[in-house]
Amino acid sequence: MLKGKAFKFGDNISTDLIAPGRLVHLRSNLPELAKHVLEDADPAFAARVKPGDFVVGGSNFGLGSSREHAPVIIKMAGVSAVLAKSVARIFFRNAINVGLPVLVCDTDRINEGDELEVDLATGVIHDKTNGETLTFGKIPDAMLAILNEGGLMPYIKKYGDFKI
Amino acid sequence: MGKTLTEKILSEKSGGAVKPGDIVVSPVDWALVQDTTGPLTVREFLGLGLPKLASPSHTILFLDHAAPSPQRQLSCDHAFLRKFARDYGAVLSDVGEGVCHQIMAEKYARPGDVIVGADSHTVTAGGLGAFATGMGSSDVAAAFGLGKTWFRVPETFFIRLNGQLQNNVTAKDIILHLIGEIGADGATYKSLEFGGAGVKALTVTDRLTIANMAVEAGAKAGIFPSDDLTLEYLTQQGRGGDYRAISADVDAVYERIIEINLTTLEPTIAKPHTVDNTSTVTEIKGTKVDQVFIGTCTNGRLDDLKQAADILKGKRRHPGTRLLVAPASPQILLAGMKLGYIQTLIEAGAVILPPGCAACLGVHQGVLGDGEVCLSTANRNFLGRMGNPEGMIYLSSTPTAAASAITGVITDPREVA
Repeated sequence: MLKGKAFKFGDNISTDLIAPGRLVHLRSNLPELAKHVLEDADPAFAARVKPGDFVVGGSNFGLGSSREHAPVIIKMAGVSAVLAKSVARIFFRNAINVGLPVLVCDTDRINEGDELEVDLATGVIHDKTNGETLTFGKIPDAMLAILNEGGLMPYIKKYGDFKI
Repeated sequence: MGKTLTEKILSEKSGGAVKPGDIVVSPVDWALVQDTTGPLTVREFLGLGLPKLASPSHTILFLDHAAPSPQRQLSCDHAFLRKFARDYGAVLSDVGEGVCHQIMAEKYARPGDVIVGADSHTVTAGGLGAFATGMGSSDVAAAFGLGKTWFRVPETFFIRLNGQLQNNVTAKDIILHLIGEIGADGATYKSLEFGGAGVKALTVTDRLTIANMAVEAGAKAGIFPSDDLTLEYLTQQGRGGDYRAISADVDAVYERIIEINLTTLEPTIAKPHTVDNTSTVTEIKGTKVDQVFIGTCTNGRLDDLKQAADILKGKRRHPGTRLLVAPASPQILLAGMKLGYIQTLIEAGAVILPPGCAACLGVHQGVLGDGEVCLSTANRNFLGRMGNPEGMIYLSSTPTAAASAITGVITDPREVA
């Protein structure tokens, strides 16, 4: 069970907003880059987020670049999962590959600061603040197998190949 | 049942008849990284502990995004990638040797190939009939080591191009128009395939420009069939032997068919801060522009230098507007010099930047000041993209950019030329 507070963002949160290109010189220093996560969408986010919290986006979360640094630094900031109405393809795959769950659900019903409980096994989100229960779309089996190993690198190390 | 180009390529590679929704493992013909995603890819590959690359001669490291490096940390990243290429026998395309997607087109990509790259615009090679897609560092690290990757076979949208483009309306206007129509997530997880009578008149350069921006509609790939123009392009590159004819079956099944009439298409602009926020140039002409940027993997080709030179010949950029031009490869820069385009552009007040990504990603060579407006021929106008979240980016074709450089405001190229 994942537990934490919702940090709400809008539609079209691009990888440029998550990991700005102007900070490309920090990409070999991920802890330093993580201090700037989502800085251009919410400058206060990195300082306020606590381990276990959730990033809650609107539609087309993570559009743009292939930079895997984007989900890596969201995870490094302590975020336990990204919730969004829809997710850009490369970001979705990257997030699973680095062991960051991405849950597609009706995020309109979640408000900034709501306390959430997420059960990855049953696919249920409980919003303790407003009492709502939400369900999220199933993560495809091929990706779930990778997520269950903690990401693509641990998966490849374990199996030595794609077990599909 | 017939197959789309996507289904045909993935069936051939994975050794079975695939249909949309299938999960397949496919060999990879080329795996590439660039200098902003490469260090993470290399560290992940090294972490796997494999003794060698699956195919060193088909593993390519491009130093193009911050090239030449403007900062110490990036110089160290470059040094790290150079050493890895040396140690493992991978191909290195060093600083000044061009934008990765342009060099893939010039030297490597072939019709029917499967190409993965740690750069979202890897889709560009679809202009030559390849199934090419952008992925993150982990996926490409796995492809480095295993020589293969997994895909969910996408459903396909067929984009039927009818009619003929008018003067100073270009391939860039086609793709901006399409993204405006279907939205920045309109093709998420899908493949875009282009066809129709209008395709026959589009040069390989045009096709690369269109395929390049497929990802801006969310697509996994953007693919053109190969034809005589593809053969001609590959032959010019000394690679005629890499040609093969590949196209979708006539009875291929598409999830959606979208028609675009090229004859009535207008010069199109994407306004800040999303690529699907489009207008015709007529609707927004007159907006002041501080910087015009012509180049990148979208519009840094010889045709672009020609289009810009044709409009700027004998004219000057507006004194309040900077004009930056970055050819996408040394081959293009040299041809542009021989044909006089570069001289024309310099006489018109342009700054010629070295082949590379230049101002596109906000690292160097044209970072915007607070409140400044850039009209760019690149593929992205996201907030902060050009190094400053206080800057505003509009996207256009090269003729529109060149015309606007003269007047200092967004201008319809049909009124200047």
